[in-house]
Amino acid sequence: MYFQKAIETMPEEELRNLQLRRLKRLVDYCYKRIPFYREAFDRADVLPEDVQSLADLAKLPFTTKQDMRNAYPFGMFAVPREDVVRVHCSSGTTGTATVVGYTQKDLDNWADCFARAIYAAGGSKHSVLQVCYGYGLFTGGLGAHDGGTRAGCTVLPMSTGNTDRQIRLMKDFGTDILCCTPSYALLIANHAIEQGFDPAHDFNISMGIMGAEPFSNNMRREIEEKLGIRLCDIYGLSEIMGPGVSSECKQQHGLHVNEDQFIIEIVDPETLQPVPDGQWGEVVFTTLCKECSPLIRYRTRDVSRIITGQCECGRTFRRMDRIQGRTDDMLIIRGVNVFPSQIEEVITEAPEVTPYYQIVLTSKGPLDHVTLLVEPVPEFPFDEVRKLEELKKRLGAELKKNLGVAVEIKIVEPKTIERAEGKAKRIIDKRGDTL
Amino acid sequence: MISQLTVFIENEEGRLASMCRVVSDAGINMHALFLADTETFGVARIFCDTPNAACDALRNAGYRASVTPVIAVKVPNEPAGLADLLDFLNQHAFNIEYGYCLPSSSEYAVDVLKIDDLSAETTLEEAGYESVRPEDIYAVD
Repeated sequence: MYFQKAIETMPEEELRNLQLRRLKRLVDYCYKRIPFYREAFDRADVLPEDVQSLADLAKLPFTTKQDMRNAYPFGMFAVPREDVVRVHCSSGTTGTATVVGYTQKDLDNWADCFARAIYAAGGSKHSVLQVCYGYGLFTGGLGAHDGGTRAGCTVLPMSTGNTDRQIRLMKDFGTDILCCTPSYALLIANHAIEQGFDPAHDFNISMGIMGAEPFSNNMRREIEEKLGIRLCDIYGLSEIMGPGVSSECKQQHGLHVNEDQFIIEIVDPETLQPVPDGQWGEVVFTTLCKECSPLIRYRTRDVSRIITGQCECGRTFRRMDRIQGRTDDMLIIRGVNVFPSQIEEVITEAPEVTPYYQIVLTSKGPLDHVTLLVEPVPEFPFDEVRKLEELKKRLGAELKKNLGVAVEIKIVEPKTIERAEGKAKRIIDKRGDTL
Repeated sequence: MISQLTVFIENEEGRLASMCRVVSDAGINMHALFLADTETFGVARIFCDTPNAACDALRNAGYRASVTPVIAVKVPNEPAGLADLLDFLNQHAFNIEYGYCLPSSSEYAVDVLKIDDLSAETTLEEAGYESVRPEDIYAVD
C-alpha cells in the first residue's frame, strides 16, 4: 500500500527538518544558477541566508507563469543543456508556452511521485495500467507512463483517441487502472455502454487515477458507477513537475502532497499573504528537489485549501483539498464570483441531462448574459414541449439558487457540444466580442 | 396505437433540412411532418415508413430521436367532427398533451392525439370511434 513507506509515513518533525534542509539548499542553488532569481531576490532585498526556518519562505518573492514565459525557452534552466534529458511544455493556449526541463534525476523523482499515487490508489506491480492521457509535450501521458513503469505495472501506452480500441484493449488485456482525464473516462464509459458492455461488471478494471481538469463529486460518482472503479484524483502541473505533485489515497479525502519534494502554501490571491490551514486560497508550490527547472513560490492560480488532521491511511504528507477552480477561470458574472465547478454540480445532479455542457457568456448592453447549453439524455420524453420547458425552468431556478446569477438554459442537440478527448472546453466567453 | 417518429432539433438554420436528409439517406419515405417550435428548439413529429429504422438512423447520426406511440382515430369529415371527439375525451377526463390532424378522405379525417393514459384508445373504441391501423399510414417495421 506504500511505495516508499519510510518517506510517505515520515514523522512530522523529521519531515519538516528535511524540508528546511532542502529549502536552504534550493534557495542557494537558484540564487547562484538562475539570473531571474538573483534579480528577484535583489529586488526584494533578501539573500539566501535569510532563510533559516520554513516560515522564512514567506520573505521570498513569488514566481508567476509570466516570469516563465519571459524566460522562454530555456532562460530558467539551472543546468547545462547536456544534462537535460527531456523537455515538456504547458499547452500555451493562452500565450507563449512555458518550458520545463528535466534531468534524469528529475524524471526519477517524478516517477517516484506517480508510483506513490498508484500504490495509494491500491495498485502494485501486478496491475495493468492503461494510460490514455496524451503522450507528447503535455506531461500527462509520459508522467503516468514513467510512474507506471516505476511502480512495476504492466503499462499500456494508449494516449488519447481511438475510443473503440481503448475499450477493446481494456477488456481483452484486463486493465486494472485507467489513467486519463475524467471527461475522457466518462466518454469511454458511455461508449462502452453504448456498445452493449457493462464495464462495471464485464471488465476487470477497478481503479482510476484521473486529473488534469477539475471535476465535481457527482461526475466522480458517475464515472465510478459506470466503470465499477474507485477514482483517485491526481494533481500536478507541468511547471512544478507534472501529474503526481499530490494525489488521493483510498480514503478519497484530500490529495497528499509529496512534501519531501514540494512545499505547499495557500495564499490569499488578492493580498498574497498566507492563509490559515482550512481556508481557501491560491495554491503556491516550491520545488525542493528539482535540478533543471526549480521554482520558488510558484503561483499556480489553482484554488484549494489544506485539509487539517491526520489521514487514516497513515501517510504523514499533508493533504490539499480537490481543486475548486482557478483564480483565472473564476468567472466574474455581474460582479458575482462563479466557478464552473458550481455549475457542473447542478448539471451532474440532474438525471434529465447528460454531463456534457457548455457555458456561453455574452454581454447584452451593460449586463453579462449567461447561457448554459445542455443536452437531454436519450430517454428524456422530448416529444412533449411542456416537459422540455419544465426542464429549462427547473435547471434555471436551481442554478440561480446555487450561483446567485440568472442563467438561461438552452437545450441543444447532442452534437452541438463537442466531446472531449483532452481537456474539455466548457466556457466560451464572448463578452469582449463586438457585435 | 400507431408509431410517431419524434426528433428534437435546435431552432437554428439548416437543422430541419439536415435532419430530413438523414431520413432520406436511409431510403425512408415520410408521409407527414408536424413541427412544434419554440424560440430555441423544435420538436418534429413525423409519420414515415419503417419508423424504428428511421429512429435508429437518426440516433446513429447523433440526434435525439424516439418512436412515440400515439392514438389515431377516424372522425367524420363534417362540422363538429373534431369538437365532438375532444368533448368526449374531456368528459372522460383524458388529458391531451398534443394533437394534430392528418390529410383526410372526403368521408373522414384522421386525428392524432398524444394521451399519456393508454386506456384512452379502448374507451374511444368502445364508444364507436374507429382507430387507424399503422399499415393504413406507413410501412410497418
